[in-house]
Amino acid sequence: MFGSSKKTIELAEAVNEQAVVGRSLWRDAYDRFTSNKAAMVCVATLGCIVLFTLAGPFFAVWDNETIDWTAMGDVRGLGAPSVESGHFFGVDDLGRDLYSRVIQATTTSLLVGLIGAAMALIVGTLYGIVAGYLGGRIDGLMMRFVDILLAIPSTLVIILLLVVAGRSFIMLFVALGAVSWLSMARIVRGQTLTLKNRDFIEAARAAGVGEFTIMIRHILPNLLGVVIVYASLLVPEMILAESFISFLGLGISEPYTSLGALIAEGAGTMAYGTLWQLLFPLFFYVTIIITMFFIGDGLRDALDPKDR
Amino acid sequence: MLGYSIRRLLAAIPTLLLLIAASFVLIQVAPGGPFTSERPLPPQVLANIEARYGLDQPMWKQFWDYLYNIVFHFDFGPSFKFKDRDVNDIIAQGFPISLTYGFLSFLAATSVGVTLGVAAAIRHNTWIDYFAVSLGIAAQALPNFIMGPILILVFTLYLGWLPGGGWNGGAWPYLIMPVIALSTSYMGSIARITRSSMLEVLNSNYIRTARAKGIPERQIIWKHAMKPTLLPVVSYLGPVFVYVLTGSVFVDIYFSTGGLGQAYVGSALSRDYSVLLGVTILYGGLTVLVNLITDLAYAWFDPKIRY
Repeated sequence: MFGSSKKTIELAEAVNEQAVVGRSLWRDAYDRFTSNKAAMVCVATLGCIVLFTLAGPFFAVWDNETIDWTAMGDVRGLGAPSVESGHFFGVDDLGRDLYSRVIQATTTSLLVGLIGAAMALIVGTLYGIVAGYLGGRIDGLMMRFVDILLAIPSTLVIILLLVVAGRSFIMLFVALGAVSWLSMARIVRGQTLTLKNRDFIEAARAAGVGEFTIMIRHILPNLLGVVIVYASLLVPEMILAESFISFLGLGISEPYTSLGALIAEGAGTMAYGTLWQLLFPLFFYVTIIITMFFIGDGLRDALDPKDR
Repeated sequence: MLGYSIRRLLAAIPTLLLLIAASFVLIQVAPGGPFTSERPLPPQVLANIEARYGLDQPMWKQFWDYLYNIVFHFDFGPSFKFKDRDVNDIIAQGFPISLTYGFLSFLAATSVGVTLGVAAAIRHNTWIDYFAVSLGIAAQALPNFIMGPILILVFTLYLGWLPGGGWNGGAWPYLIMPVIALSTSYMGSIARITRSSMLEVLNSNYIRTARAKGIPERQIIWKHAMKPTLLPVVSYLGPVFVYVLTGSVFVDIYFSTGGLGQAYVGSALSRDYSVLLGVTILYGGLTVLVNLITDLAYAWFDPKIRY
């Protein structure tokens, strides 16, 4: 390296400071997102729910597996939500504390949403970039495969996978990931196709940049906006799919639980006057889904160049 | 058009084959056969049973026989759990029920959704618009398995107006709640899609030209704006069908209609592989078929598409 004296360093810093601070695309998007009131309210609400799942267990009097035998005998009376008994949300049909169960279920559902979307993000993006960038016959083959898989209802695929491989946490994530990456791959491939013929890619190639580096350094960053928007819309979809399957009793099995499973239990016992067993999980579920949708919409408004 | 239809039809065949093959292989590699139980059968008995169902054949032979029977006899083979019924019986018993309320939900959601969306777009920024938009948002958070319990809670437990389940030969009181539970979610989506599509069309140049010529508003909407408005709705009908299909599994279970979904989940829980395989293939095949019809309808609807 040339000249690393004190003076050159100072000079370099001065130059850096003087450089005009450009408004980057991301800065723009961030501003647009934060000025979207509905989205910000939803971010705050979702933040509260996440906080609740993290801090909630410290306030719990009962854990999620212990059966309260006194409450179990009279779920409708003694098992009702109350602060004195320590069952803030009441107990479930077996006398377990619903407060702890709801926290556990909310954590599961949030994890399912995040991990499902993350798997789609990674696999779908890689697949889409490779197919779109390589093009030609490889692209045709790869997309043909995706089209065929997309033609099969994804819930059926998840159920089939869970039945065949056994119901477990890991299998659930694998099954969700197995269906969620497909449309992501399609979207990414479409974007890559339009990007790869642009001048700046040509310029990079002319400058001798390798194919792999072009994909990672030049195409991927330009895809991020679309990918993030679509991934954020996938989160509620994953939660929905998991809840649906758990409702049918084909998803997560005891002692684990998810909001779909709790709603199913609550729906099964509502005729006995223990409505809280339905309403608490339902409240958390509906809140998460609605906030997720608004956040996704906000991200789309902020990042999608089409609607500007 | 004819050439395009034939090409699309031919493209559907490998999809179907792959669907059947993939499900078949998945089921084959599943641990534990249908006759594995806690009390192991004597080897001779097990061999006899397996020979009876053709399970002692090599895998390619089993697959070929299975495929051959489906294609040429529309026969999905015997059930492994029910000695006296085969998969066809189970489908024949449950499918008409699921089809009945599925079709009604489809009709209800499409007609109400489109009407609501069009009304919202025409009366942009009035209470009709706000109602349609909020319904669209609420519908996304209220899928069938949430609507079902809420409906039962209100109409059966509190009001006592409607029976909480059963089929009763499809008498209308038994149909109302399944249809509402199944259709609400995508009725909202259809309303949203129709609304935004109609708004876009109404702001386009050719509608402005039509207005400038003094054509009455009613005629503009019906004659000029309706067809392009419905294009995105038509392309959404494929996903709608998938919603109805998977949603019907829930409705069958929750409202005990006796439809195919009950048999499907039952077979998934009891590992009655042949029923599981048969219903999966039936549902997958129907989806492929509906996607095909949607594509053709879209090509017919949209003059811009070149085949």
